This record gives sequence, structure tokens and C-alpha cells, in this order.
Amino acid sequence: MSLDNVGQIVLVLSGKGGVGKSSITTQLALSLSLLNQKTGILDIDLTGPSIPHLFSLSSAKVTQAPGGWLPVPIHAANENEGIAELNCMSLGFLLRERGDAVVWRGPKKTAMVRQFLNDVAWGSLDYLLVDTPPGTSDEHIALAETLLRSARAGQLAGAVVVTTPQAVATADVRKELNFCKKTGIPVLGVVENMSGFVCPHCSECTYIFSSGGGKAMAEEFGVRFLGTVPVDPQFVALVEEGRRPVYPVGTRVAGREVGGVEAPEGGLLVEKYRDCSLCPIFEGIAREVIGIRTSAGNGKV
Amino acid sequence: MAPSLDEPAPIDMDAPLKAAPKLVAPEPGIHSPPTRILSVLEPPNRHDISEHCPGPESQLAGKGDACAGCPNQSICASAPKGPDPDLPLITARLSSITHKVLVLSGKGGVGKSTFTTMLAYAFAANPGSQVGIMDTDICGPSIPKMMGVEAETIHISSSGWSPVWVTDNLSVMSVQFMLPHRDDAVIWRGAKKNGLIKQFLKDVEWGDLDFLLVDTPPGTSDEHLSVNSFLKESGVDGALLITTPQEVSLLDVRKEIDFCRKAGIRILGLVENMSGFVCPNCKNESQIFAPSTGGAKQLAADTHIPFLGAVPLDPRIGMACDYGESFFDAYPDSPACGALRNVVRRLAEGIGLNPDEVISQNIDEEMTSGKQL
Repeated sequence: MSLDNVGQIVLVLSGKGGVGKSSITTQLALSLSLLNQKTGILDIDLTGPSIPHLFSLSSAKVTQAPGGWLPVPIHAANENEGIAELNCMSLGFLLRERGDAVVWRGPKKTAMVRQFLNDVAWGSLDYLLVDTPPGTSDEHIALAETLLRSARAGQLAGAVVVTTPQAVATADVRKELNFCKKTGIPVLGVVENMSGFVCPHCSECTYIFSSGGGKAMAEEFGVRFLGTVPVDPQFVALVEEGRRPVYPVGTRVAGREVGGVEAPEGGLLVEKYRDCSLCPIFEGIAREVIGIRTSAGNGKV
Repeated sequence: MAPSLDEPAPIDMDAPLKAAPKLVAPEPGIHSPPTRILSVLEPPNRHDISEHCPGPESQLAGKGDACAGCPNQSICASAPKGPDPDLPLITARLSSITHKVLVLSGKGGVGKSTFTTMLAYAFAANPGSQVGIMDTDICGPSIPKMMGVEAETIHISSSGWSPVWVTDNLSVMSVQFMLPHRDDAVIWRGAKKNGLIKQFLKDVEWGDLDFLLVDTPPGTSDEHLSVNSFLKESGVDGALLITTPQEVSLLDVRKEIDFCRKAGIRILGLVENMSGFVCPNCKNESQIFAPSTGGAKQLAADTHIPFLGAVPLDPRIGMACDYGESFFDAYPDSPACGALRNVVRRLAEGIGLNPDEVISQNIDEEMTSGKQL
């Protein structure tokens, strides 16, 4: 099948909706690409695909080629900078109008997920990130069944589970962790998203959705905790308007000075993303995901 | 006797990855009387079914081109055709409910459940109103936790399943009450979820309700189609759509609007949640989820649906939900509550009620008029 030349498959899961699965997928993909890993993103959220919008590719279309469906390119490789190629595939590229609703019952969704896994001509990839819809239903069952049946041993690296800190979100994400347990999908770790918001006016950090819930959950389930990600309106501005992130002088994230940099206009999303305060955090997460794989080797952590 | 989902079979965690695990969950409602068998058309192996399956209620069931080779072909072909025989039962069961409102959003995590609970508390603030919440999010039920009734179970009597009562005039039904353990995953395909939703509608003894709020999962799929088709005959007042201000969320809500129009569901209005955040330290407002395309107001204007209001982000709302308390009653004079009151009043107008009878304009009026909170 078309996943034959894919090195590692990483699923991005969460029982809860709107916790940032797609934005985590996006940033993880950008970070892997910056680490010179050739990456693909497969968006199997059929009724609410967000990946095309996050990469400003809403009007892109899929092309059919002899080897299967060609994924939509996000950026080409840049060897001088050490940036690898990044491609993506989403149901959003198959819609006539971007506002069209996809009103499908289970069997049809299952068939589509299978087709996405079998018929996309990814070529050779280091990493394939799979962005999923919330819940533990048709798409997830189809994904788990197909991958567990046809992936090579060790090809399915595992799942990055995303949550926000509040108890209402972790209550649903716990169900997702149990889903992984039941289906035998290894959990690479938990990311706590939207953990804190730094007021742009006074630099006071407010925990809008409380804090620490993801970490506590990871400890309880005995899985790795990959880190906390704060809310950064500059990242939203970057993906929504393509504006390069600029911070007030003196802003420090993860011990690195990010403020006061006057950056040139234009450039690729991946280049602008380097200036985002979240970039170092995701570089750490991406390195950890790569590290888990090289140290574990046998597909289980 | 409480209905419960069966204990799942033990999973061999050391089994090799290649062995596909069994993902078929137990049938819901196995303890209910035999006359209430979920659905005789529930096929044993759903994943063998063609993606072009016309559906068991179709005239083509068992006879269509796609049915050739289907393991259920003979069942479908011999089953009685026509509308679902359970529809009149659902309609009869729901005939004592005056207003039914769906809470929808294409996007997850925008606050459907939070808003549903706040809306329910707001309606229930009037002691004369009876309010019910039905949580149709089968894979990620949030209502019980937000209402502080996570550990409750459902009781069955001869007349049906009793919902869980939160206050004297507020009751809740959710799949969470049927789980043996709080964190159990409900790994069900669409058909099975539909079966449970039907049971919620058919077997739950709501009694006389003024308002039934139906909380839904994100998306436009099985649950939404089922709720709509099951409720069509008994009549729904309409749908309340929730969104957050940023475009990535509006994008999915546009799809939901398209769904409502295709399915013939009246849209009562659009609410913008998490709209702006006031820093508790410096009191400056910032847009956490920036409305780069004009937010919900612009979307409402573009699609010609009523805009019911914007509720600001308040960390205390999330906190109240985590602790299962009513934000609406705990902080009645907060800006978020004020905004919520206005949304409820406009919603009441939308379903043809006098807003003053449903909820008073502000907290002072309620105090002076001697109403209990």
C-alpha cells in the first residue's frame, strides 16, 4: 500500500474537540520539517477538516496520478537551510465549496479513511502525522484497524495525545488513552495545550483553562509528558493572516529571547514559524518524538 | 436496576501489533426488556457493509446494487419497509415536552456543553420551568461532569429510564451514567450510537418538561442525522449554533449551517463564545481567538441568521465546569452572565416566548421581584 515507504506514523489524538489537535499537528510537522525530516500530514477529520485552512491552502485541489492521489505540497525542500519537504492531504481538498457540509454516516467515513490510507502517493517520507477528529468512533476504529493490520512492525510509532488542562477536557482524553490501551496503539506522550495565556499588555500569565491537568493525567496513566504549550495569539495571527510573529522586547520563552526581532516581510510559513515563541517548545517535542523512536526501536514505549 | 454497558473483554496488551483487536463493543441496553431490543436491523458485522448501503429504512434495502454480497442482505430484504416503527413511540414519549432546542456546532471545544449547562441553569432559574438536558455526545460526554453528577447511574422503572436530577427542576441523561468506570472509552461505530440515541428518546421518562436541550458532538454525522430524523415528527423548535471567533472555527460552523439548511432544521441563532478576554491583572481586553474574518457577527450577517450575542471568556466558567457547579448561579453579576442573560432572552423570543417570563433582564429585577435564585 501507499504507506510502504513511510518511515514512521504518528497519530495525533484527543477525545475532546477543540483542544488543538490540528494546530499541534501543524506545529509538529513544521518542527519536524525544520529538523530536516521529510513529513506528510494526513487529516482524517472528515466533517471538520482544519488542516487546509491552517496552511492557507483552502483552495488547493488534489490531483490524480498513476500512483494514486498526489498530496498537496506545503513547501519544497531547502537543503541550504536544512528544511525538508512537507506535504498534506485532507478531505477539505476534495470539496467543491469550502462551506459544504460532509454529511456522512459511519460506513462511508470508514471507506474514506481506508482510501486515504491506501491511495495517497506519499512517496518516501520520514514521518507521517495523522490528524484525527475528536472521539473514539468510526474514523478511529477504521484508522486503528487498517494500521494495526497492514503497518509494518514498528512503523506505527504511536500517538501523541493532546489535551487542555481543565478537568472537563481530561475527562474525555482519559477515554482516548483507554482507547489506545484497548487497541494496542502505543502512546508517545501527552501534550498539554492552551496552558496559560500571557497578557500582551502586562505580561501577566492567566491560566484560562487552569493548569497542570495534562501532566497529572500523564502521571496517572504512566505515560510520558511531552510538555505544556501556552496560548500564543501571535501563532493564531501567523496561520490566519500570515503575519510574522513579533514580540515586545524582553519576552523570553523556554530561556530564549524572542522579543524585539525586526523580521523581513514575506517568506514561507515554515520560515516565519521560526520566529514564533512556540517554535522552541515544539522543537523540543519533535526531538523527543524522534528520540523515543530511536531509543525504543521496538515500537513500544 | 441500572442500565450499564457491559464490562469489556480483557485485552491482551502483549499481543503483537499485527493482530487486529476486537473493536466491537457490547450492545447497549442489554438489561432492558426484550420488547425493547435496540434494533433488529443492527447488523452483526458493521464493517462488512458497503459504503453505498442504502440503509435499512430505504425501499431499496436488500435489493440495491450495493447490497450484493452484503452479509445482511437477506435481513434487509425481508424486513418491513417504510418509516421506522419506533417513530410514533418517540413522538408519544416526547409529546409532554413543550420546547426542544438542539445545541450544535461543527467545531469541537467551542463550548457547546458549557453553554448547554449554563442555558439550562438560566432556564431553571425560574422555578416554574422544568428543564431537561439530553447529551448525545456518546464518545465524549461532558454534561455529567459539568453538572457535578458524574457518579450517578440511571434507574429503570416500568415506565422507562429515569433521568438524573441535578436540581428540583433540572434533569440530565447521558451515556456517562451507564459506564462501569468513569474513564471507559465508548468505542462504537455510528450505527450503535444511533441505537442508543433512539433509546434515550424512546425510553427516557422526562415527564412534563418546558425545555429539552439536546447537546450534540462536533461534526455532521450519524448523531446529527439520527437526532434530526427521530425528532422530525415530534417537532423541534430549532438549533442554537455555538462558535468561537476565529476563522478556523467559523469554517466548521459554516458547514453546520449548510447541514441545518439541507436537513431542514430551523436555526434559532448563532452565539459567539470565548469572545475576548479581560486580563484580571490590568483589565485590558485581548482577543485570544482573534476574529480575523469578522467573527460570528459577520458570519451571521453573511448567512442571514440571527446573531444572539457574544459571551466573553472568563476563567471562572471553566473552573465552575470542572467542579460541577453552576457559574450562572455563582457569579450572577459577572459580565459573562449578563451576556448570557441577553442570549437567553433573545433565544426565548426566537421560540415565541415572552423573555420576561423566561428570565428577567438583570439580577436586581430578580431580587426585587422576590424570585428565588
